[in-house]
Formats: sequence, structure tokens, C-alpha cells
Amino acid sequence: MTALLDVYGLHASYGPTRVLHGLSFSVSDRGVTTLLGGNGAGKTTTLRAICGMVARTGEITFAGQTITRSSTEHIARLGVAHVPDGRGTFTRLTVEENLELGAITRRDRNDVVDDLERVFGYFPVLQKRRGQQAGTLSGGEQQMLAIGRALMLRPRLMLLDEPSFGLAPRLVHELFDILTTLNKREGVSLLLVEQNAALALELADHAYLLETGRIVFSGAAREIREDEKIRRSYLGY
Amino acid sequence: MPAPSEEMMEAIAEPAVPEVSAPRLVGHRSVIFATLAIALVLPFLVQSFLTFQLTLVLVYAIAIIGLNLLTGFNGQFSLGHSAFYALGAYVAAMLMDKVNFPYAATLPVAGIACFVFGFLFGLPALRLEGVYLALATFALAVATPQILKLSPLEYWTGGVQGIVISKPDAPYGLPLTQDQWLYFFTLLVTVIMTLLAHNLVASRTGRAMMAIRDNPTAARSMGINIALYKSLTFGVSALYTGVAGALGAIVVQFVAPDSFTFFLSITLLVGLVVGGVGWIPGAFFGGAFVLFVPNFAESISKGLSGAVYGVMIILLIFMLPTGAAGLVRAVTQRLRGQNIR
Ligand SMILES: Nc1ncnc2c1ncn2[C@@H]1O[C@H](COP(=O)(O)OP(=O)(O)OP(=O)(O)O)[C@@H](O)[C@H]1O
Ligand SMILES: [Mg+2]
Repeated sequence: MTALLDVYGLHASYGPTRVLHGLSFSVSDRGVTTLLGGNGAGKTTTLRAICGMVARTGEITFAGQTITRSSTEHIARLGVAHVPDGRGTFTRLTVEENLELGAITRRDRNDVVDDLERVFGYFPVLQKRRGQQAGTLSGGEQQMLAIGRALMLRPRLMLLDEPSFGLAPRLVHELFDILTTLNKREGVSLLLVEQNAALALELADHAYLLETGRIVFSGAAREIREDEKIRRSYLGY
Repeated sequence: MPAPSEEMMEAIAEPAVPEVSAPRLVGHRSVIFATLAIALVLPFLVQSFLTFQLTLVLVYAIAIIGLNLLTGFNGQFSLGHSAFYALGAYVAAMLMDKVNFPYAATLPVAGIACFVFGFLFGLPALRLEGVYLALATFALAVATPQILKLSPLEYWTGGVQGIVISKPDAPYGLPLTQDQWLYFFTLLVTVIMTLLAHNLVASRTGRAMMAIRDNPTAARSMGINIALYKSLTFGVSALYTGVAGALGAIVVQFVAPDSFTFFLSITLLVGLVVGGVGWIPGAFFGGAFVLFVPNFAESISKGLSGAVYGVMIILLIFMLPTGAAGLVRAVTQRLRGQNIR
């Protein structure tokens, strides 16, 4: 499989603080890659660096195009949807307005209506709450809204930062089922950052393990799942 | 079925987030037409001084809508809107004084001048957030009256003396006094500006403005060009306030540097908060408040009018933390007997 996203020698820093020290990894077309690692390892920063939200150097190519020097909004327009950590909704707008904002850069107005229905198909609860202010949704509902909104962009690649964070176990499974469907049926590639390593490894085909801004291990997800030593020493399960 | 407890009723009536957006009843056609009808007959029923004051309420309302677009819908703060108001007022006054421009034609020129100035000011101000932006705009407000007094500019600005403008007569031999005509002229401009603001806020651009206000990071992830939208909003906000300034100059027939001090910025801010941040019709409540309440405070105590005004503002904020918008929402809910949104 060819790579949709290729990251080579990625460095990133917040002001004088260097956080990423030369990461190289890739997400294959229609594939799922997961980034694992402890708190402060640099997972969130990696996603931010890909979308141009922090100062970065190195070489990032998306669908054959170099995006290392592109602006965040340009990268979004290319079809990279970032679902940031925390509840990144537009709190004072309604659910429907939030979703429509996901498609704001698109010109095909009619398809947007279809896509709204498609998102409601995945997340029926959002349809029930379409007129409600996003800030008044429950945490889990807001997480679904953030993912639904990213879908409205019709992304080729989604960057998901701990989508399961703060969700009840049943909801986590539901969410991962939806992510699986998105990937398998719609061919959306995923770069998944997760604390829940067991779950992420089930969905992913490739995994990279991050420690203080460096990749310490990488391989096929299946290998890691089956390698007890790695699981014990790095993933703690 | 058991009757719902009082607590439950309260829970239903109280929205979970205090700054819920626009109460919908005021957006209702019949309310708008009734208000307009009253606005159209008022000048025939009241003294000409009150007509003059109502005209100023409308002028303030336009300026407050401008500030609301910036603060209420885009989340940027400004203590410098007196500068845009002053620029609009001086552009209008100078055009009429020096090149005999027709008064109505000064409005678009003042608006465009302020848009350009606001946009350019907005560009570097983009790097500033919250209180820092407030400080930068504060500097603008403080500098403006002094710049207007500078002697090299005196030929144009009239220096400390300012510029006196003559009051326009009603056109086409309409049987209206000058005050009545100016009122109707201002009302027309106000209606147009309000409709445009309403449409802007409801448009895709308006959504993007609000998305930036609510969550700039997520807005960028959606592909929204924050720098562009923020600067444009600054420009449009300045345009509104500049048109208000031009109208104000025509209505008051006079511009002078000391009419446009930092205090004017605060007045607009008070009007914004009193009317309700993020609710366009609130500007009319806010405009009326900042025009009439200081006079009322003065009628209570000449020596302590400032203190009385201050106490009234504090009381109002305690009773109506979301301004007139909150009050209107509560009344609407009572009338409909149900929750809106
Ligand atoms: N805005 C910032 N300014 C300065 N340093 C930052 C900033 N954000 C993160 N860092 C630092 O960068 C490092 C990596 O942070 P990052 O958020 O990428 O970690 P993470 O792997 O996502 O951790 P977690 O699992 O806790 O979310 C940390 O040491 C953190 O302190
Ligand atoms: Mg993180």
C-alpha cells in the first residue's frame, strides 16, 4: 500500500522548548495508524505539527503534496480533518450549526445536506439534539459532535486525539465500531492517538510508540498485540 | 400526573448556559412591524427635543451593533471604538465643510474610510488576545482626541474648536421639521444597517465569525482563515461605528475632539452589555440606556450623577446579567409557556 501521509524527520517546538526530535512514520492510504505513548510523550504535538499548529521542521507529505510549510486552513482544505483533544465544539452554536461549519470550506452545498444526514446516520443522538447548543451536550455527545463535524469536511485523513477520552466503556466500543466503519466502508484513513492501547491496536494496522518525542518502537499492530514483552514494558497491559 | 415542582419549573426556565443566543420572539415579524410602526409615528407625538434624543438613540444603536459584531459575535474586545466613531464624524464634517459634500453622501465615505482603518488596525492587533487587545485599542482611543487637535491638521479639523455643520432641511418640500427629517433619515439608515448585520450574522461568514469566538483552534482545523475573518470583522465593526459617527455629526451639527474621548468607548461598551452581548436588537435597548439613564441620574442628584449612574449599571448587571436579551428571552418564554431552543 502507498502512503497517504508521510512524515520524515519531524521536529517541533513550543517557543524554545523542543518537543519532537525527528519522528518518521506514515499512514497508508485507507489505513489506520496509531500513535501510542505515555503522558507528555508528544502525541498531541505530533498531530498539531501535521496540521501546522506548532512550529515544525522536517518533511510532511500528504497525498503526494508537501505540506510542511502550508497553513492550517490550507491543510484542512486538502482533506485532513483534525479532531483535537478535549471537547473542541463551538459551544454557543447549535449542533446543526457546528456540523455545517465542518463543511464551511466546501462549495457543493447540496452534498452538504446529504452529508448531514450521513453524520446523523452514524450518530443518531446528534439528530435528536440538532437544535441544541453544543455547550449543553454531555461530554460524550460533544466528542461525537467533534467527530461528526470533522466528517463534514469529507476528509481523506482524520487525525483523532484520544477520541475515547472520558467516554463510558460501552460508548467507547460504539465509537470504535463507527471508526471501523468509516475506515472500511468509506475508506477514510485514520491517525489515531489513544491511551487505550488495546483498543487502538485492534483497529490499527500500524503502530508507533512514542517516548519523550522519539519513536522507540514501530511495527505492525498485530505484532505488538502478540508480543507480550512489548505490551508489558511499554503499554502496561 | 403530578404537578411539576417549582424547582423543576425553574430548572426548565433556566437555560444551562447563561449567554444563550438570540431570543426568537423579537425576530418575529409582527413584533418588528409593530416596533417600526411606533417608530414611524413617534416624532409626530413628542416634543422636538425628544425627537432629537431618539435620533441619537438610533445613532448609538448603530455604533453598538458595530461593537457587537466584533465582541459579541467574534470575541474580540475593543476600548477604541470612540476612535472609529470620531473618524466617521470628522470625515463627514470635513467633507461637508470643505468640499460641500451632500450630507447623505458622507455616510458611505465615512463607512469605507473606517472599514479600511479598522481592517488595517485589525491586522497587527490579531496577535493580541483579550486584555492585550483591549489595551491596544485603549491606546487608540486615548490618542485620537489629541491627534485631532494637532495644529498641522487644523485647517481640516478645525483644531480644538472643531467644525460646525448646518442642519439639513427635509427634501422635496416634505412637511417635516429639521429634527423630524433627521430622525427619519437616521431611522432609514438604522433599519438598513440592522438588516445587513442580521444577514451577516446568519450567513456562512457569520457562522465562521462565531466559530472563531467559541473555539479558534477548532475553527482553524475546519479550514477557517482566522486572520482574515478577524481583520474583516474589525473592519466591518469600524464601518458601523464610523457610519454612526457620521450620522452623529450631522445630527448634533458639530464635531470637536473632546466629544470623542475614551469615555465614548466606555459608553458604547455599556450599551453593548446592557442590550445583551451577541444579540443585535439589544443595541436599541443599550442605545436608549446610555442616552436616557445618565440624564435621569442627573435629575436625581446633580452632584452625584456619576455615582447614581454607576449604581444603576451595577444594579442592572445584577438583575439582568445577560442584559435586555435575557429579559426579552424570559418574557418570551413566559408568553409561549415553553422553552425556546
Ligand atoms: N503549548 C505548549 N507550550 C509548551 N510546552 C508544551 C505545550 N503543549 C505541550 N507542551 C509540552 O510538550 C510535551 C508533549 O506534550 P503533548 O501534549 O504532545 O503530549 P501527549 O503525548 O499528547 O500527552 P498526553 O497523553 O498527556 O495528552 C510535554 O512535555 C508538554 O509539557
Ligand atoms: Mg495529548
